[in-house]
Amino acid sequence: MKQLTGSEILIECLKKEGVKHIFGYPGGVVLNIFDFLYDDKDIKLILTRHEQGAVHAADGYARATGKPGVVLVTSGPGATNTVTGIATASMDSVPLVVITGQVPTMLIGNDAFQEADIVGITRPCTKHNYLVKDVNELAVVIKEAFHIAVSGRPGPVLIDLPKDVTAGKTDFVWPEKIQLAGYKPRYEGNKWMINQAAHMIEKSRKPVIVAGGGVIISGAHKELRELAEHAQIPVTTTLMGIGCFPGTNRLCLGMPGMHGTYYANKAIQESDLLIALGMRFDDRVTGKTDSFAPNASIIHIDIDPTSIRKNVRVDIPIVGDVRKVLTALNKMIKTEPSSKAQWQEIRKAWLKQIDAWKRERPLTYTRSDEVIKPQAVVEKIYELTRGDAIITTEVGQNQMWAAQFYKYDKPRTFISSGGLGTMGFGFPAAIGVQLAFPDKLVIDIAGDGSIQMNIQELATAVLNRLPVKVAILNNGYLGMVRQWQELFYGERYSHTALDVVPDFVKVAESYGAVGLRASKPSEVEDVLREGLFKVKKTVFMDFAVDWREKVYPMVPAGAPIDHMLFEEQEARQEKKKGLRAVK
Amino acid sequence: MRHTITLLVENRFGVLSRISGLFSGRGYNIESLSVGEEIDPRYSQMTIVTSGDDLIIEQITKQLNKLVDVIKVTDVTEFEHVEREMVLIKVTPRPEKKAEVLNLAGIFRGRVVDSSESSYTIEITGDEKKVDAFIGLMKPMGIKDLVRTGKVAILREGLKK
Repeated sequence: MKQLTGSEILIECLKKEGVKHIFGYPGGVVLNIFDFLYDDKDIKLILTRHEQGAVHAADGYARATGKPGVVLVTSGPGATNTVTGIATASMDSVPLVVITGQVPTMLIGNDAFQEADIVGITRPCTKHNYLVKDVNELAVVIKEAFHIAVSGRPGPVLIDLPKDVTAGKTDFVWPEKIQLAGYKPRYEGNKWMINQAAHMIEKSRKPVIVAGGGVIISGAHKELRELAEHAQIPVTTTLMGIGCFPGTNRLCLGMPGMHGTYYANKAIQESDLLIALGMRFDDRVTGKTDSFAPNASIIHIDIDPTSIRKNVRVDIPIVGDVRKVLTALNKMIKTEPSSKAQWQEIRKAWLKQIDAWKRERPLTYTRSDEVIKPQAVVEKIYELTRGDAIITTEVGQNQMWAAQFYKYDKPRTFISSGGLGTMGFGFPAAIGVQLAFPDKLVIDIAGDGSIQMNIQELATAVLNRLPVKVAILNNGYLGMVRQWQELFYGERYSHTALDVVPDFVKVAESYGAVGLRASKPSEVEDVLREGLFKVKKTVFMDFAVDWREKVYPMVPAGAPIDHMLFEEQEARQEKKKGLRAVK
Repeated sequence: MRHTITLLVENRFGVLSRISGLFSGRGYNIESLSVGEEIDPRYSQMTIVTSGDDLIIEQITKQLNKLVDVIKVTDVTEFEHVEREMVLIKVTPRPEKKAEVLNLAGIFRGRVVDSSESSYTIEITGDEKKVDAFIGLMKPMGIKDLVRTGKVAILREGLKK
């Protein structure tokens, strides 16, 4: 048998795993690997301009496709620069395989040049990680890493590869099977529990489904729709769950929680049964947990046992894959009452109540002809694309408005850093998405703060001819933090004014991308039409938006989710204070 | 409430750090932790004594189970089990108390494993109560040094609570 080096084995293994793209950045200890990538025909390395950008790009690629994203970087600073990206993926259950170079095994522990204990550093933010000390272990480790990354509750796996391992030679044997005694995710839910859940759903009068990212990951959107439409149950989708249930469906309540809709939060608080699917009761969803859904029994279906009973009490815990559990549940529920009409009759009062809430307080904002409202930009993007685009977001106000004012009908069309809330995520993520779907319209809805955190990736987008569209809602502030300061810190705007914001049009142009700007409401549509449809290159669209605009409704941190602040309350207070009404 | 949890884990570098990191990262207590190789050298056996209410203990066992290197988690507190700990105590009694020290060590089935003109080092094995009782008795004698192994625990065979 022909012996291969560690670098060749790595590349062979990646091919066996079906990897077409790697996001990465070279450096001293990964030179052997990069040398083999130089003339490889099957695997393309996308050179980003920062390792963090590489991880977010791989993350976007993974979220959009469901396949694992692969990253290759060097040791030391190359490895530590991946940490934010890895933690982002870990919180949002995104499958990644991150390969970091390491100093030669004989130098490990000696504080060698560009040495960092990346396995130690990433232990708490990876699903699992490896330091490969022997080239003979390499193929098995890679196979295990991919298996762990994509199975169960997905997550990032890191492989640390010392330079001598990349050069060491051995027989290459692709392991057909792997054995992991301590890793056996449970996919099938407990039958008895599912049966109990079906009974509860049949008995309930005011049920609500809270659908999270797990529905998208397990591909359960059809099964969810079947359950919701058959048993006439309204659905609220968490930030991570957006798109798993059509935003245009009458039963859709939008997002719950801190910036959720009035009707989603009301429905949860009034419900007698909460059906939680692939979500983990994050504090941004529950508000004060003691007063969360006070009258409801809770059915919680999740593949990760640690998600269950971590934050809220649960009556029916079901550990399993959402899709498999829903398939079983749907069969049981169909039996009785057997027809949709009967369910409609049963749910009439509840759905009427929900429609009343929807009419009482729809998602809204005060429109203006004088100044561009950020929400209006998002709405216009929706109108022009007719929802046929993949949206990524940065973090903060831009993210919430993108979640509130654009309707997502398909899974994997809204890509956002939910758990970690990583500014600078959206643009590199959009690059990864565009690479996976070259013909799709990919739009990053950004803020002027966030976009500056990975703005260097303009080079990556331009170089690879990726026509990513970036809509910058430019208010000159770190808007979400400024909003908290205004509402809860007596308008003391400590370090949230950015003061110097670059000319994004010129920045884009200097990288060889296209820059467009809208300063008045009348220019918004033209800029969007030009940027989204006419220009076939990477575009920055800079919208000078109303800096006073805030995200509403808002539940103050730690309050019950039906204690919401609304825009008109703010206007009333402004009047009381004798100030000019802002709206 | 206190719980004693035993773990069967892969005998690999970094496993201890994964487990201790889990406890520190999520703010759980470790009262004691002991670890040693299993019969099969590919595995190690760990005993962790921790505390928390039922929900916390449930999270601890679930989080431990989630680690890829952890093969089996048993909260032995829920079952009939035997717990033991070993302590080495170096005492420096006044001459007139030397006989009493030896006598007490005998009563507790301790062994003198080292002695000098002014000191005895005594090995005591037992459950927590016994060990604590012996330490209490030695305090007035003058304890110079004390080391404990932390608890190890094993299920009783065929007896479930």
